[in-house]
Amino acid sequence: MHVLEPGHSFASVTDKIANIVLRRPVTLGWVAGFAISFGVMQILLLALAYLLFRGTIIWGINIPIGWGFAIINFVWWIGIGHAGTLISAILLLLKQSWRNSINRFAEAMTLFAVACAGLFPLVHTGRPWLAAYWLFPYPNSMGVWPQFRSPLIWDVFAVSTYFTISLLFWFTGLIPDLATMRDRAQNRWARGIYGLLAMGWRGSARHWKRYETVYLLLAGISTPLVLSVHTVVSFDFATSIIPGWHTTIFPPYFVAGAIYSGFAMVLVIAIPIRKYYGLDDMITMRHLVNSAKVMLATGLIVAYGYVMEVFAGFYSGNVYEKYLTLNRFEGPYAPFYWALVFCNVIFLNILWFKKVRETPIYLFLVSLVVLVGMWLERFVIVVVSLHRDYMPSQWGIYVPTRWDYLTFIGTLGLFASAMFLFIRIMPMISIFEIRTLLPESKVKAEAEVKH
Amino acid sequence: MEPIYGLMAEFDTPTELVEAAKRSYADGYRKMDTYSPFPIEEASEAIGFHKDRVALIVLIGGLLGGLSGYLLQYWINVINYPLNIGGRPYHSWPSFIIVTFEMTILFAGISGVVGMLALNGLPMPYHPVFNVPRFKEATNDKFFLCIEAADPKFDRADTERFLASLNATNISEVPH
Repeated sequence: MHVLEPGHSFASVTDKIANIVLRRPVTLGWVAGFAISFGVMQILLLALAYLLFRGTIIWGINIPIGWGFAIINFVWWIGIGHAGTLISAILLLLKQSWRNSINRFAEAMTLFAVACAGLFPLVHTGRPWLAAYWLFPYPNSMGVWPQFRSPLIWDVFAVSTYFTISLLFWFTGLIPDLATMRDRAQNRWARGIYGLLAMGWRGSARHWKRYETVYLLLAGISTPLVLSVHTVVSFDFATSIIPGWHTTIFPPYFVAGAIYSGFAMVLVIAIPIRKYYGLDDMITMRHLVNSAKVMLATGLIVAYGYVMEVFAGFYSGNVYEKYLTLNRFEGPYAPFYWALVFCNVIFLNILWFKKVRETPIYLFLVSLVVLVGMWLERFVIVVVSLHRDYMPSQWGIYVPTRWDYLTFIGTLGLFASAMFLFIRIMPMISIFEIRTLLPESKVKAEAEVKH
Repeated sequence: MEPIYGLMAEFDTPTELVEAAKRSYADGYRKMDTYSPFPIEEASEAIGFHKDRVALIVLIGGLLGGLSGYLLQYWINVINYPLNIGGRPYHSWPSFIIVTFEMTILFAGISGVVGMLALNGLPMPYHPVFNVPRFKEATNDKFFLCIEAADPKFDRADTERFLASLNATNISEVPH
């Protein structure tokens, strides 16, 4: 299977990708998709406005379940973002050139997913405008500073660094393509705006050399960064003493789960896009199959994590850990647990079949199941552990309210609206990196050149 | 100031461009640059540009970031605002590692991108090469070599003859 179907030249690559933005008229399909997403996003605004008006009482959270949907959704969204960085950074370092056609929109996906994720802990504080002094170290009139032994502070630094570096990486990758867009735009405004963003890029050899160095270094620092982010997210749980959370398996198992769900989202986005924009010569079956394989591998790591959790629950001899495991199996939230086992342990194995990996529609459906499964995983981790910890007198039950659901659905609208806008105004595939996939981009040795 | 910025030759393939750049360098030209729609490692080598200082900037940025991250936490949690958390020492360094690490990455990344742009002289609102009408293909599928008039060896007629001997598909003057 090809990374790029044969028959392309430098110019045809430029045309094909740039024309989606510059020449293709706005289609009804895009307008409808954007309108629906944008409409759903209004639900978010409504839910947030009401939240700020009434406070977090509109959610189902209450002690002992103080985290609820806000943290479930935070972890879910930020996990999705991880695939983008994996594709753009880790696969670059590993010289996996097939990444070149999916890295751009996967990075955009990362940015939007992290934006959705960041929203949740922020509004979970109830009054975000008062939360700044214990989240960020800045000199305030109270003379109060954050407490750096807390994993919640680590989280603030990890997530904000992650967002900043992802944005830089994405924008740096865009600069040469923005120059291409500038040079091809016919509309004066478009030329002006792309020109402004391209900052006068002219493809000089000196510029390219420095550019390549910084791009490689960004990949190099993003790799430990992305692994650290979900590790730090898992520390929010693992450094506490709540049964089911206080385990050393959390960091690797969270990172694997993040990549697993992230690749599912990549497929959910890539499969309709390649179909709708006729990009199956650039986002080829090879990309889909490779993503499916990564999903299968990381999914199996996650499944192993579940098995180890059950094993550790019984093997530890700790009555609370053992009870937590039994409570997952047969407690009030057992249906969530078994649905999660179905999605992430049993159903996942369908990816062993070549037929499933090579049929886009099956992959699309499997990816949706994976996304649901990973959401359920976070639900089980957050709620089941919190609702019954050490003292039965402190036990409680968590029922999400309509505002919990509306806020979550709203972020799906925000994410989809941002994606729709992105594919309409930016080259969604990296043009210059696709050019380097063409055989004629390689400089031939002097002996081969005919004089 | 020279009346023109330089002379620009256009090529169809990266191989021809690199070959032309090598020959120009061998011929004694130094003030020149190649323009291509994607990075060509051999091109920067051919024009004698071997060392970019980006890696050093990233290293310094990263070290400064890590250092400032650690010192910030030390100053806050040990000197300015000590908090007793579960009886742990004020200087509980293992807890400070994560923020130190994140700050290292943050500063390294920002200084790398800003450093790259600064060394490249970007953003640059105006540059003479854009005066060549064909130059907009430099971001599409054509490859350009520009020998600048500031080069001591530059001579309007001689250099044009030299460029013509390099199999260029097109040679044009770059006005200021």
